[in-house]
Amino acid sequence: MINKTVKNAQEALQGIQDGMTLMLGGFGLCGIPENSIQELLRLGVKDLTCISNNAGVDDFGIGLLLQKRQVKKMISSYVGENAEFERQLLSGELEVELIPQGTLAERVRAGGAGIPAFFTPAGYGTEVGEGKESREFNGKMYLMETWLKADFSFVKAWKGDTAGNLIYKGTARNFNPMMATAGKITVAEVEELVPAGELDPNMIHTPGIYVQRIYQGEKYEKRIEQRTVRST
Amino acid sequence: MALDKNQIAKRIAQEVKNGMYVNLGIGIPTLVANYIPQGIEVVLQSENGLLGMGPFPTEDQVDADLINAGKQTITTLPGSSIFSSAESFGMIRGEHVHLTILGAMEVSEKGDIANWKIPGKMVKGMGGAMDLVASAKNIIVAMQHTARDGSSKLLKKCTLPITGLACVKKIVTDLAVLEVTSEGFKLLERAPGVSVEEIQKATEGTLIVEGEIPEVQL
Repeated sequence: MINKTVKNAQEALQGIQDGMTLMLGGFGLCGIPENSIQELLRLGVKDLTCISNNAGVDDFGIGLLLQKRQVKKMISSYVGENAEFERQLLSGELEVELIPQGTLAERVRAGGAGIPAFFTPAGYGTEVGEGKESREFNGKMYLMETWLKADFSFVKAWKGDTAGNLIYKGTARNFNPMMATAGKITVAEVEELVPAGELDPNMIHTPGIYVQRIYQGEKYEKRIEQRTVRST
Repeated sequence: MALDKNQIAKRIAQEVKNGMYVNLGIGIPTLVANYIPQGIEVVLQSENGLLGMGPFPTEDQVDADLINAGKQTITTLPGSSIFSSAESFGMIRGEHVHLTILGAMEVSEKGDIANWKIPGKMVKGMGGAMDLVASAKNIIVAMQHTARDGSSKLLKKCTLPITGLACVKKIVTDLAVLEVTSEGFKLLERAPGVSVEEIQKATEGTLIVEGEIPEVQL
């Protein structure tokens, strides 16, 4: 079996350069590639275009990259939890492209699946549809949306093996599986890295073919944005 | 007496039928889950990738890897399933989710909805709202009938940026229950003690009143 293992985040991010387009998995702070983000911070690469459903919070996730002004453009569906983001957007330092969440997910999926464009009803008749080709199918209007691809995709899984196979846990799956397919180089970080053969092939969510580099993350904070509990 | 948020949620819960898969938006829609009548089996969809959303966890059940679309910690239920965002919106776009309940800033008499952006204010993004309203077979909106300054939010034409066109089927406000028809807002029920005239005054769009309008029963 081809061994995709790299030692650590440092080795996993080799070749990353200013101006690149990155995908980062996660929904809110759930399932984000924490260790790869730390390495992006350490390297200080800048002028990045980041494709991610959200932009983190001020002091965690992609918010950390924003604090250090490493991001030129965000492509997201919702960016509401981040004051520094707002400041940079209003001052014109940061460009943002907002995309309906399902369209974002499908554009990334299309990128990985070799589908240059598709039609979706989301956003038809809204400002999202401005300047886009639209077409009627069975009496309903649809917008043409195009694929998204990245120079590097950073995903986070629960378990992975040395062949690059990944298993996610809970709703930390979210955008990770599609993003894993749409990167020229996909870097997977996992909580537990095991030898090939230890994961049940029937249970794999992301087949190793999509993953170029895999490593076990040093630590996971797994910060919770809205801790909601009931008493009994 | 105008309905409060919980009463709006309770009234909407009456629209939820046995066997439905339902997506609940943030705010009042989330409260609907608390009022689903005994014996009605529904499956709640959370668009970040979960079918069968359970209640909030107890302190010792909290799992950072298990949140809803509002980023709140939640639990699963027996029979729950978890999937990617692409799969999640596939089931929304493919009309497998029967009912979407969401909030709105404005609704037009044609059923257009505006709920994602206020010009001049920080834009947070549409999240999954545009996907949901473009594809749901049945959309019920929970909202206040008027803005704080008294101006109507049920309009001939939305003034705010649109989220989706001609998609809202029913509206439950603090004052009334209305159906969106080809002729305009059809008044179905009024909040207890609220007169048809008051509802008329609070509705800028075409209001259709046919016969006696019963009060909301909670």
